[in-house]
Amino acid sequence: MLSWRRFIVIAAFVAAIGAVIMLNAGAVTSGGGVSETIHLSEVAHASGIDFVHQSPMLDPKVNHIAAHIAALGACVSVADVNNDGWPDLYFTTSRFGASNALYLNQKDGTFRDVSAEAGVGAVNRAGEGVSMGAVWGDYDNDGYEDLLVYKWGYPQLFHNLGNGHFEDVTAQSGLLTWMNSNGAVWFDFDRDGLLDLYITGYFRSDIDFWHLKTTRIMQQSWEFASNGGKNLLFKNLGNGRFKDVTDSMGVGSTRWTLAAAAADFNDDGWPDLYLANDYGPEELYLNHEGKRFELARAGLEDDSKSGMAVALGDVYNRGVHDVFVTNISEKGFLFQGNNLRLNFLKQLGRFDEVATGVVADAGWAWGAQFGDLNNDGLLDLVVANGFISADSGRSYWYAMSKIAGAQGNIFEDAKNWPPIGSASLSGYERSRVLLNRGQAGFVDVAQEAGVTDRLDGRAVAMADLFNRGVLDVVIANEKGRALLYRNTANPAHWLELKLVGTRSNRSAIGAEVTVEIGPGRQRQVVDGGSGFCSQNDRRLHFGLGDQRLGSVTIRWLSGETQVLNGLAIDQLHVITEPR
Amino acid sequence: MTTTPAQPPAIDPKYLIVFLITLVLVVGEARYHILGGYPRLITTLGVCLATEVLLSWWLRGRVANLASAYITGISLALLIKPQANILWPFALGAFIAIASKYVLTYRGRHLWNPSNFAIALLVLLASDSVAILSHQWGNDLGTNLVIWAFGLVIAWRARVLHVTLTYVACFIVFALLRHFIVGGPLFAELAPITGPMYQLFVFFMVTDPRTTVSTRRGRMIVVAILALVETLIRLAGDYQIAWLRPFYVSPPILALAMVGPLAMWWDLRRHRA
Repeated sequence: MLSWRRFIVIAAFVAAIGAVIMLNAGAVTSGGGVSETIHLSEVAHASGIDFVHQSPMLDPKVNHIAAHIAALGACVSVADVNNDGWPDLYFTTSRFGASNALYLNQKDGTFRDVSAEAGVGAVNRAGEGVSMGAVWGDYDNDGYEDLLVYKWGYPQLFHNLGNGHFEDVTAQSGLLTWMNSNGAVWFDFDRDGLLDLYITGYFRSDIDFWHLKTTRIMQQSWEFASNGGKNLLFKNLGNGRFKDVTDSMGVGSTRWTLAAAAADFNDDGWPDLYLANDYGPEELYLNHEGKRFELARAGLEDDSKSGMAVALGDVYNRGVHDVFVTNISEKGFLFQGNNLRLNFLKQLGRFDEVATGVVADAGWAWGAQFGDLNNDGLLDLVVANGFISADSGRSYWYAMSKIAGAQGNIFEDAKNWPPIGSASLSGYERSRVLLNRGQAGFVDVAQEAGVTDRLDGRAVAMADLFNRGVLDVVIANEKGRALLYRNTANPAHWLELKLVGTRSNRSAIGAEVTVEIGPGRQRQVVDGGSGFCSQNDRRLHFGLGDQRLGSVTIRWLSGETQVLNGLAIDQLHVITEPR
Repeated sequence: MTTTPAQPPAIDPKYLIVFLITLVLVVGEARYHILGGYPRLITTLGVCLATEVLLSWWLRGRVANLASAYITGISLALLIKPQANILWPFALGAFIAIASKYVLTYRGRHLWNPSNFAIALLVLLASDSVAILSHQWGNDLGTNLVIWAFGLVIAWRARVLHVTLTYVACFIVFALLRHFIVGGPLFAELAPITGPMYQLFVFFMVTDPRTTVSTRRGRMIVVAILALVETLIRLAGDYQIAWLRPFYVSPPILALAMVGPLAMWWDLRRHRA
């Protein structure tokens, strides 16, 4: 007979199972019931943007997993290419013979592709490689933004001639080095007023994907791989030439870096490097006065995931750069979770990882960017998701799980991977639009905001494309059309700053701006490349909501600090560095 | 047919297993930070030990030996990999694991290996929150060889080596069979058993003396059946049988959760007869 004691234990056991079911049901919450939201409308086609990315065709030796290997290369970067005060867009594609696109802003809500006449379209050529992304920076300080296209192949540097045309100056630049790169940032690591260049390596640089000598090309670990391509740091010598200073500066990571961002994370006045590494822990290289970098122990080394993007944002208006790094989550198989790392370097010497709920779990997440999409004074977050959308009835997850736990020397060889066939791999995932509610946390409002696409998102970039005082969102999709989400919210108060360097690099990349917004102060850095294979507009956008605008402090890379008071709101200010 | 209960080993196998799982924990954490944070270990270990103390005293009037709860606690801390930073799967998983020993019994014996039951339940009922062992301990051959070497010696000393070896042999045979059926690379089929989840599985779950049948031959037959069921689940994964998807996220764990208790029930029933 059942004793009352045993009955109580059984009841507790059943209750615990019930609690599992209930707590699991609440694991991922959406934005239902949120009154304040964001409004975006997809207008790419209406704006004249009909760009479709094509993935690369690779050596037949890896045909069985080509869909997996070649699922990269859809990227977007923003710059005012012709100095007309309107942001332009550059998209990359990755198929031999296909053209990248440079869309000039027509100032009337539309864009026009001028890549052919500009000379920056036909860059995907056999023997030279295919595009994986691009970053803009005025490397020669002539007042026009130049273009670096990084590739699986030779990177290409285009000098902006200022007349609508570009000149390929790669051969004489010292950058003609075969790399399998998926990221690059312009930054001035030695603060000499010249933009230097950090190009990340993903696959090893001895791999030519169209003439494979071996199939041992994959990572040797899913969490601590170090057999990727070597990242390279090129110092700008000022005469149109760059010098490889990777080893002397100590930044030659081979951890399969997918993304990098540069900013002064520890407030010592020197731009540091933050890397998101696939198959490995993130890395923070602290800059020691431009003389060397040191790999910091900042709480990153304990947490190995599949980092794919580095987005910088001052999440709680504390006057610091926090970091969001995308990762992978797949129901039942893998919960790496995205990282939202709050910066406590000055106080505690480390970052604290605080991602939960919708911030942590966005699916197979790729590009991401912070931006105040509703001008309420808090930075929101857009995350692009989805890896391979093919046959929706078949998934590669189980097949991949067979080798994921194996010894590294098994899956390092691509020929041991199960064929992917027509299967999807975390396909048809939707993008996330995460509304920042301050201490109340982020809430996903993508559905309410009108972001419902299920393309395989890669790069996200933000810019006030139509000079209206609101941030628009551009998403580049793998094997899909580019999307332009026009912000249709009623703009609250805002402030935009365009910085022009004089003693610092002309693009002002690396300049740090802190704006007092009500009781908080929000910090942003002029972007030389961030997210995943993307670059935001270098004009900085601050939403103010109904809060008072206090002082604006600009810390130029030259060391000059400029404090501006009484700036008019709801307008763009062009600030030139004091000479 | 006469039954031949396992000979009493020279050293209680529980303590050998305690040593081995502690070794796995220390090596894995030192080299690969496999825990993902000490709160997880503290939670599972704390809840397992507390539940064992409480329930054994409450239901049986004496506090049970805590070695088993210790093994369960560490196994759960190593195997459960939840979404983000949530701790409830560790707490509830630990409670359910230990409580299952007192609730899911037949003729005074519990039917499921406690870790196996809790993990299978979490995977099936909480797949939005829980996955198994996302960490792969660096996919490093050296580390795994050390653990395999210690594991084999300890399994031998604990007189359960026949269980481990039978399972490994069956896995290899069935991997060959799957290779011929599915047509993918042979190494892809063999690969799982070289990984860390299988270390925990072959040394701590299938060998659990409290949830294995009474005869040596019977134990070998049971793990062979287990490997067969695992292969059926794996084939379901290869052929993408949708309604079995919850199972092929972790074929061996779920195969054991099905085969183990049935074998125990049958064994206990047969002895009564």
